[in-house]
Amino acid sequence: MIRFENVTKFYARTPRPALDDVSIEIGRGEFVFLVGASGSGKTSCISLVQREERPSAGKVFVAGRDLSSMSAWKVPEHRRKLGVVFQDFRLLPDKTVYENVAFALQVIGKKRHTIRLAVPEVLEMVGLAGKEKRRPHELSGGEQQRVAIARAYVNRPPILLADEPTGNLDPTTSLGIMRLLDQINLTGTTVVMATHDEEIVNQWRKRVIELDEGVVVRDQPEGIYDSSRPARGELTVSEA
Amino acid sequence: MRLSFVLAEMVQGLRRNLAMTVSVVLVTFVSLTFVGASILLQTQIDKLKDDWYDRVEVTAYLCPQDSPQPACAAGEATDEQVAALQAVVDDQLAGDVETVYLETKADAYEAFAERYPDGYQGVPLTEDDMQASLRLKLVDPEQDYAVVNDVLTGRPGVESVEDERAVFEPLFHALNRASILAAGLAGVMLLAAVLLITTTIRLSAHSRRRETRIMRLVGASTWFIQMPFLLEGAIAAVLGAGLAVGGLLLGVKYLVVDWLEQSVDWVAYVDAGDVLQIAPVLVGIAFLLAIVSSFLTLRRFTRV
Repeated sequence: MIRFENVTKFYARTPRPALDDVSIEIGRGEFVFLVGASGSGKTSCISLVQREERPSAGKVFVAGRDLSSMSAWKVPEHRRKLGVVFQDFRLLPDKTVYENVAFALQVIGKKRHTIRLAVPEVLEMVGLAGKEKRRPHELSGGEQQRVAIARAYVNRPPILLADEPTGNLDPTTSLGIMRLLDQINLTGTTVVMATHDEEIVNQWRKRVIELDEGVVVRDQPEGIYDSSRPARGELTVSEA
Repeated sequence: MRLSFVLAEMVQGLRRNLAMTVSVVLVTFVSLTFVGASILLQTQIDKLKDDWYDRVEVTAYLCPQDSPQPACAAGEATDEQVAALQAVVDDQLAGDVETVYLETKADAYEAFAERYPDGYQGVPLTEDDMQASLRLKLVDPEQDYAVVNDVLTGRPGVESVEDERAVFEPLFHALNRASILAAGLAGVMLLAAVLLITTTIRLSAHSRRRETRIMRLVGASTWFIQMPFLLEGAIAAVLGAGLAVGGLLLGVKYLVVDWLEQSVDWVAYVDAGDVLQIAPVLVGIAFLLAIVSSFLTLRRFTRV
């Protein structure tokens, strides 16, 4: 579903690559934790899949399409197949819960009656039935993230990307969000979640891909994550 | 769905930046009024030329009695000389002269008496004080005068050849300069309009950056993201063009129809019809202005 082939990504004015010769393959319906410290390249991976960024070298394939050679006018079409959730929710503060979710369908030209059916259904699924008329500031962090997930999932994308979705939430609330993502994964949606929350990773026991300074240091099914474990750089030092 | 959504977004954008929208409308209004005024002045010049060049002719003054000019040393032009001149005109200037007629001293006196029944500045004049002349109407007044002048000047019986159009040249120059001035001001104002539209769209894009970000995130097409901004600029500019057309119509009505035409009624003036004829041009310029400036701005601000 998602394939990185020897992907290297440089950003302007930084000598070290954000991703350094990364090759990953993620299959349809998988649930993958992308772990690593801040600056390890997790967000770069997500941006590359969204085609917010293009690799400096190597290729990124999503659903069989080579994103590096995709022309600009096809990018919107590509993004409709992705749902994306962020740490900071990114809701529109002037719009209600319902409007926030409906917005995602309106702007891709969905018909009114489709929206009337799809939005309540997805709000029900994420557990926000009855809160359609609230505005984001009237909701708790967990509820706001549920709105964001509803917005990402309302178009039933085959891939859901989540960049630190629990980063701003307390452990109990995070658990609820994880259950929701798991539930979405069970419908067949491929879920890639970037996180550095050890507790969640270790509790869920899904596939773990660990990045350190832009390099894949571990790719393990039903893996764990121990951020106190010496990172690659330190290992090199101790070995020396 | 798509259309109503885009329109709703656009109305929202126009309301959110009301002051900027109004200023775009006003600046396009003023700049296009100058553009229109410049075009109308040129139209006026053309009309005057058409009108006056029809009436105004080249005059070959024939030698009067006691002329101080050396060309007339032989005395008053004789009938033979006049006939010879007419033959020259018919022969050598056939391609340049449309019509020719002889204005005798009697004709001249008649015209004079009609215009100044009490004598010129109190001095009564007689038929003998008048001067006979050949009135020539040219096929192409702009081109042919030099030829006619060349052929007739210095012939026996001819005192001088004068191009009556020369009388109007200063007026045309003045109108032409006014027109160029208006065009220059129009240029400056159009530049201001482009900059203002650019700034307005930038502000609008900035105030909607959250929405734009979400739209890109969920895969809205580029035209869908940009259309409200494009329409915003275009509608404001076209409103400005509408005002400019209205302003020019009012200006033509009060300045030309109600005033000039009443006081000086023997020339052709521009009218409301001329304004309406340039209206599509003005609206077109406004639309183009908005589209070009939006396009330049949006490429940077809402890129996928």
